Amino acid sequence: MLIKNNEIVTDEWTVLRLQEGEAANSVVVPEGKVIVPLPVWNCQHDALQGRTELGLWLAGFERAEDIPDAVHRFPVIAIDFHKYTDGRGYTLAYRLRKQMGYRGELRAMGDVLHDQLFYLKRVGFDAFALPKDKDAQAALAGFTDFSLSYQASVDLDAPLHRRVTRGSAA
Amino acid sequence: MYRYDRFDHQLVAERVAQFRDQVRRRLSGELKEDEFRVLRLQNGVYMQVHAYMMRLAAPYGMVSSDQMRMFAHIARKYDRGYGHFTTRQNIQFNWLKLQDTPDILADLATVEAHAIQTSGNCIRNITTDEFAGVAQDELIDPRPYAELLRQWSTLHPEFAYLPRKFKLSITGAAQDRAAIEINDVGLQVVKNAQGEVGFRVLVGGGLGRTPVIGTEINAFVPWQHIITFAESIVRVYNEFGRRDNLYKARIKILVKAIGIDEFRRQVEEEWKLNKDGPSTLTQAELDRVAACFTAPGYVTLPAEDVAVAALQRDNKAFSSWLKRNVKSHKIAGYAAVELSLKRTGIAPGDATAEQMEAAAALADKYSFGELRITHMQNLVLADVKRSDLIALWEAAKVQGFATPNIGLLTDIICCPGGDFCTLANARSITLAKAVDERFDDIDYLQDIGEVDLNISGCVNACAHHHVGHIGILGVDKSGDEWYQVSIGGAKGSPAAIGKIIGRSFSFAQIPEVVSRLLQVYVKARFADERFIDTVRRVGLDPFVEYVYATPVPEEAKLLLPDYELIQQGTPYDAPYYSPRF
Repeated sequence: MLIKNNEIVTDEWTVLRLQEGEAANSVVVPEGKVIVPLPVWNCQHDALQGRTELGLWLAGFERAEDIPDAVHRFPVIAIDFHKYTDGRGYTLAYRLRKQMGYRGELRAMGDVLHDQLFYLKRVGFDAFALPKDKDAQAALAGFTDFSLSYQASVDLDAPLHRRVTRGSAA
Repeated sequence: MYRYDRFDHQLVAERVAQFRDQVRRRLSGELKEDEFRVLRLQNGVYMQVHAYMMRLAAPYGMVSSDQMRMFAHIARKYDRGYGHFTTRQNIQFNWLKLQDTPDILADLATVEAHAIQTSGNCIRNITTDEFAGVAQDELIDPRPYAELLRQWSTLHPEFAYLPRKFKLSITGAAQDRAAIEINDVGLQVVKNAQGEVGFRVLVGGGLGRTPVIGTEINAFVPWQHIITFAESIVRVYNEFGRRDNLYKARIKILVKAIGIDEFRRQVEEEWKLNKDGPSTLTQAELDRVAACFTAPGYVTLPAEDVAVAALQRDNKAFSSWLKRNVKSHKIAGYAAVELSLKRTGIAPGDATAEQMEAAAALADKYSFGELRITHMQNLVLADVKRSDLIALWEAAKVQGFATPNIGLLTDIICCPGGDFCTLANARSITLAKAVDERFDDIDYLQDIGEVDLNISGCVNACAHHHVGHIGILGVDKSGDEWYQVSIGGAKGSPAAIGKIIGRSFSFAQIPEVVSRLLQVYVKARFADERFIDTVRRVGLDPFVEYVYATPVPEEAKLLLPDYELIQQGTPYDAPYYSPRF
């Protein structure tokens, strides 16, 4: 199940994950729209260079800054949350969007849940692959938990005090 | 104090609705406990031994009388008629039902209060000097900056899932009463040579398993840039703080591992990217917030009140109270008054609903309707006319607030401990009671003078035992409760980590151990020298030698099976709702 633009859509992409015994330099990248892990890109980029429909995924401990020029060639970059409490993906997304200027699809995958969607969207994710056993339709409500935010982030260029006239008592 | 505008109101209302829905989904089983745990913690809700506990935020310890009355209402309606003020300048309730927690938040929202980020691996409630705005040694009032930082950190999308909790503290005074050296980030408001306001920033302080004193990362960050600088620190920490080991996840471990110079380099590198960006504070926003912290309507008064001076001469109890519980004020004729929440038989920091209402009424009558919660777990009325001191003293006595023990041995800082908390190895409230009973002679206490006694029930150090002049830590030895004793710690100006005096003691030995430590002090001290200063001067040896010279007897009554924490209320007759079952 993939949420994109506030709708549930069919996911056209396949995520390549290395299985036990497979190595990044020798695993065969299947044809079609495939999201490959960073080690596979690092080992096989000469062979993969010509493929336009190729996505990249990063684990929380990996850094997009290690491949600053390459990020822009991927129409999709996914960040894998092995556990929803691993917050590194939020900073990773912030850096990709805000500091590296990545404009393609930025997808959250793995342990991505209803109650994290609002923050994920704020730091620049625009696609959300929820676990299969979760009700993606119900999770859409998570995007509208809040109608305002104090801080600037990827979604809002400035903090609240620069966006509105504050101080009018309720 | 800070007043909400319509945006603050709206945000808090939306937070209540969000949590109400999360609780609903938890109760229906839609959310698993593992998915819910972090959500409830970020709203201050813990699952404890007997019930749910909820920690409410009192940002930087400031509370209006209306808010205090709301705490009383919550105590009465949802709890057992009392609450517990904490070292983080908050209040927590120990006997709640999960299904009530959204209503509690909704009630709180009506008085501009919440429980956002009072727990969890996020930026926690910011603490400051309980005498902010009134202290004589204050250079700059830190509260406007504390409020600006509160808003920046509230529901920050990038920093809700940090490696571990993140605590900020800020002071604007010469003497550090906010313990900035033992926070993840400590801020000291300073002026540079040009008279501009900025912050000296410390990083990597903290207690817990690995106590560390913070290190200076920047000597002067101009106030306009404090948000972007703080954001840079937290971003580097979020990215590189350890996540493989809960006990090595605080920022202090990262700073130690890579060194302050490398950490500083990374933060500066990050800061270059957002400094001068839109998150830079504006004068207009500072002015708007600072306008909430202007001086109340002080009147011109004589510095001393004749009646107070006379009663001070004639009445020893009043004179003790003046000496211990009344603090100087920057405005002539005014004083800051501490209401002690420490008295024999009561858990340190506990107050009943009636006491909360009484404190609110005293604030309305004598202190412009405002109170502060101190990290010593007492209350402060910050703006009292000296001519009202006698009337206030009489009223405080009626409520049990007038124990003249602020800063003395029995002003114990204590965590909930094994009586309440699932993490504890040993009881701490009950031990505080035992120490309290042993040292109930106020003349002796006055003679001993200032001693910070801190009792933590486990290594998480909620009672900051490392920085107690005497620190007591509950440890587990093959299932039994034991206590490790350290001396020489200090919470600020300068902070120091206490040193363990030797092998640990049983529950019933501790009062005697404290007594022996004090006996060494009394023999060794110079006139007017405080306990901590004597320890610093003579070192640990004389204390160790005397404490361990002969076997330490166990106090007989403490061995009796019925020596327990005073029960407050009766246990639920039905099991409390627990998702675990």
